[in-house]
Amino acid sequence: MLWGILAIIALAALFGLLLGLASVVFKVESSPVVDQIDALLPQTQCGQCSYAGCRPYAEAIAAGEAPINLCPPGGENTVQALADLLDVEVLPLEEEEEAHEGPIVAVIIEELCIGCTLCIQACPVDAIIGAAKQMHTVIESECTGCELCVPPCPVDCIEMVPVKQTITTWHWPEPQYDVNHTPAGNIFTTIDQVLAENAHP
Amino acid sequence: MSISTHIQRLWSFPGGLKLDGRKQLSNEGPIESAEIPHLLEIPLSQHIGHPAEAVVKVGDTIKKGQLIGHAQGAVSAPVHASSSGTVTAIEERLVPHPSGLPALCVIIETDGYDRWDSCTPLISMDDPQHKNLHALSAEQITDKVAEAGIVGLGGALYPSAAKLETARKKATDTLIINAAECEPYITCDDALMRNRPEEIILGILLIKKIVGARYCLIGIEDNKPEAFKALSDAITGYERAIHEHCEQTIEIIQVPTRYPAGGEKQLIQVLTGKEVPTQGLPMDIGIICHNITTAATVYQAVYRGEPLVSRIVTITGGAIKKPQNMEVAIGTSIREILDQAGWDKSRVDKIIMGGPMMGFALPSIDVPVTKATNCILVSEPGELATPPPAMPCIRCSRCADSCPMSLLPQQMYWYAKARDLEKIQDYNIFDCIECGCCSYVCPSNIPLVQYFRYAKNEIWDDERERNKANLARERHEFRQERLEKMKKAREEAARLRKEKLAKKKAEEKQKAAGGDGEKLPASSHADLIQEAIARSKAKKAQQQAQKRNTENLTEAQQKQVDEAERRRKKR
Amino acid sequence: MFVAQSSPFLKPELSVSKMMLVVLLALIPGIITSVWVFGFGVLVNIVLAITFSLLFEAVMLYLRKRPVKVYLRDNSAFLTAVLLALALPPLAPWWLTLVGSFFAIVIAKQLYGGLGYNPFNPAMAAYAILLVSFPAEMTTLWTAPVMLGGHESLSLLQTLNYQLFNQLPEALTLDAVSYATPLDVVRTSVINGLASISEIRSTGHTFGMFGGIGTEWVNLAFLAGGLFLLKKGIIQWYIPVSMLATLGFFSLLFGSFELDSNPSPLFHLFSGATMLGAFFIATDPVTAATTPKGRIIYGAGIGLLIYIIRTWGGYPDAIAFSVLIMNMCVPLLDYYTRPRVYGHNVDEEQP
Repeated sequence: MLWGILAIIALAALFGLLLGLASVVFKVESSPVVDQIDALLPQTQCGQCSYAGCRPYAEAIAAGEAPINLCPPGGENTVQALADLLDVEVLPLEEEEEAHEGPIVAVIIEELCIGCTLCIQACPVDAIIGAAKQMHTVIESECTGCELCVPPCPVDCIEMVPVKQTITTWHWPEPQYDVNHTPAGNIFTTIDQVLAENAHP
Repeated sequence: MSISTHIQRLWSFPGGLKLDGRKQLSNEGPIESAEIPHLLEIPLSQHIGHPAEAVVKVGDTIKKGQLIGHAQGAVSAPVHASSSGTVTAIEERLVPHPSGLPALCVIIETDGYDRWDSCTPLISMDDPQHKNLHALSAEQITDKVAEAGIVGLGGALYPSAAKLETARKKATDTLIINAAECEPYITCDDALMRNRPEEIILGILLIKKIVGARYCLIGIEDNKPEAFKALSDAITGYERAIHEHCEQTIEIIQVPTRYPAGGEKQLIQVLTGKEVPTQGLPMDIGIICHNITTAATVYQAVYRGEPLVSRIVTITGGAIKKPQNMEVAIGTSIREILDQAGWDKSRVDKIIMGGPMMGFALPSIDVPVTKATNCILVSEPGELATPPPAMPCIRCSRCADSCPMSLLPQQMYWYAKARDLEKIQDYNIFDCIECGCCSYVCPSNIPLVQYFRYAKNEIWDDERERNKANLARERHEFRQERLEKMKKAREEAARLRKEKLAKKKAEEKQKAAGGDGEKLPASSHADLIQEAIARSKAKKAQQQAQKRNTENLTEAQQKQVDEAERRRKKR
Repeated sequence: MFVAQSSPFLKPELSVSKMMLVVLLALIPGIITSVWVFGFGVLVNIVLAITFSLLFEAVMLYLRKRPVKVYLRDNSAFLTAVLLALALPPLAPWWLTLVGSFFAIVIAKQLYGGLGYNPFNPAMAAYAILLVSFPAEMTTLWTAPVMLGGHESLSLLQTLNYQLFNQLPEALTLDAVSYATPLDVVRTSVINGLASISEIRSTGHTFGMFGGIGTEWVNLAFLAGGLFLLKKGIIQWYIPVSMLATLGFFSLLFGSFELDSNPSPLFHLFSGATMLGAFFIATDPVTAATTPKGRIIYGAGIGLLIYIIRTWGGYPDAIAFSVLIMNMCVPLLDYYTRPRVYGHNVDEEQP
């Protein structure tokens, strides 16, 4: 009896030691969870999550202080990806207002700009250039559409506009027509509405 | 005559379809010349790569062949005026594209004279011995091809000069000229071969000269016997020239008519048995492939000095009164051509640009002919399909059996539908050539090709978004760092000022107290130097901290900034 | 904004409904031969099965809120019904067909998601359930083939009377009109060592000219229909050829050891539902493997299982179980037999 117990204890100690050693020797370096979370966030740095930027939000999620559904620019996809990464349940997106359809960028109405540099200071990604008393300009390709430059502007000369779709950004849509969702009528009609219904009323 | 062939046998590709070619509709007659329209709309982007940039202004008088848009960057092609007249606008107009979105065009009001700009051929036409061909260097010809705005006219629209340049640098030993023209209805290559075989052969010689290929094979489907004969005769006619310039003759090989034999990868497989490595180029296996029309265009550029300002377009389909091939000035509206060819508007069902397998339905007929326009197919009701709603997939695997790339379209479809973008790449979606075989054979009418296009677009979009997010992160971190540094620098400066003030006070105190300290102690001298160093360091740090994100701008971004600057100065 | 229609625009050559219809057409010679050999019971089964199946299909589609007309027109329930009917014994009572149709359409097909989503062949799943639940009815109600002497054959009315009301004409017993199928005889006698092949042959009740008596002609007719399907390109050769070849190979292999206790390959190929299975059941697109290699392995697996179950298993015929077992392997087969895509791993294969 005693020997049995001792043997078991000895075995347990041995395997415990082995496991402990293995975890040290074969340690797998994985990038810290904060980096992984940060990589999934859209990096708009908009602060809509109430944190000072994407990385602080990532840190908060990692620390368990923030839920995963505070990022409107990332949308459902980001929530889904975060849920997958952290193995938690998908939460519905917390939205304060109607989300925008598609990406947006800031545009400065140049006639109104007084060159106060307030927006330049507000921009988290340095996408606005200009100097004091000189007109400012948004570099469109760098703008993340975070809207942080809108409130500081004293003359309300910054507008958020949807990014215009062009031939190069156009997309084949996902096919939507199958027997289970029969659309009404011919959804493909064009060539100028089949030459205005072949010139008949 | 002895045409020795090193091709001993033909290979085959998996899948493919036997289709009703319907080529006899349009392939009999001569190539008609379309009239120059009153207005030309010439898109600035008619190729893969960066759009050309307009070099003319509204109000400019221009001649035919004059440069109106110059190439931007390594992969791009210039655009030329296709008739003489006046530039009336440079603005966004509808262009032939499935989206129905507009793009930047140069609008020219033609003067009706069709006057050419001065053309400078590299070889004069009265050179029966083709001696001048010897004198030309590969660079000269490539430059001319680039200058003429020639792009792959088989449908790829890749700037030809860029492709030739790469091929020249790599060891390319086989030049394959694609004359298969495998899509139903289209006969523009056929018409060209029948009517202008000499131009093609001379063009091929020029291309061969650039890439330095040892072998040259023309692959043509066996449903075009007349074109085959015309080309064979032309090869015989130019035997001496060919002989002088090449070690091997130009071989013309008939391949079995089976769609898509004219796909670049399929034609290479049929002629050589080799496969282009995935995500690679034919050049990786020593092959370069060019379309037969491209060859003729190279001829025109070198022998006549004419840039690419017109092309042969097949006008065909059940609603066309007299299906035919027309040489059309680029920029001519499709409505004008259809009016010239004669069409029954009341019977029109669809208008397809390109063939029925890979073309797209035009969103409007008030769009211009571009370098890509090889065929306008105007169908009558019942001729082409408006797909009935898709039934569920019954896993019959007809799609896989017909796929020339040996893909599994059915599995790819499930993953596209589930938006599993990783899995669909495991099934090699990027090897799909969108030939349409799978959709055509699908008994459930599932628009497989569209699913694959959608999935590819989604993958590209995701990648773009990720890149953009990474860039934003970098810029944000840079900015945080800068703010941090600036803060530190300010604190440092404040500390120094304080110290100095304290010291001064102490000195004054000392003076007031002792009065005998006339001379500065030696140590304070060293202090002053230290102070100065510290000041300069702080200044430097401040300067460094002021380094901006806006220093390494790309060309396009810089341009946007410059424009803003210009506007600013104007005010 | 309009929806862009994607290429291709050529009119498709085939639809699900047409595909199923061609398969049904190809079944006609087999059906006619079956009626000739086994009497009107076959026809009654077919009519009953079609009626029940379409009814169940319509009700299920309605309950699942699917467009009923569209799906009924795809002919898939029609085909399932005919295949099930052909697998049932010719004198099957009406309720057997009803239960079979219910299981095939409601359980095996619609509850799994309807057309295209069922992992198991509906007709075979139903057949297997019937065989396990009603073994007596499923094996003893085979009418004696017309070429077998000493049996009475029933008229259409008499058949109907039996199938619907379980009433035989006076002075006739079930034994007088039915027979033990060749596969059943072989399994119970030869394999249990009760009689040798030559002894059975001498009775003249089991072996026909080359296959099982009666069933050989039915199989021949289904073979003809299958070749028609191959020619039409509705099915590909992979599954039938590999299945028949495997079955033939193993019966030849074992048959050559002990000639007198193992029936010949020809007997295996032309008895029971071999040909029906090879060309019409194993090739069911929804439940079969899809890659070329996968289809060959799938067919070979069915052939092997048929031989094993017929020889050592507990049931006389084995098409249903073999097909169902291989149905289970399909996802695995499809995954591990993906063909080499153009341009992948080309280095060693370039000529």
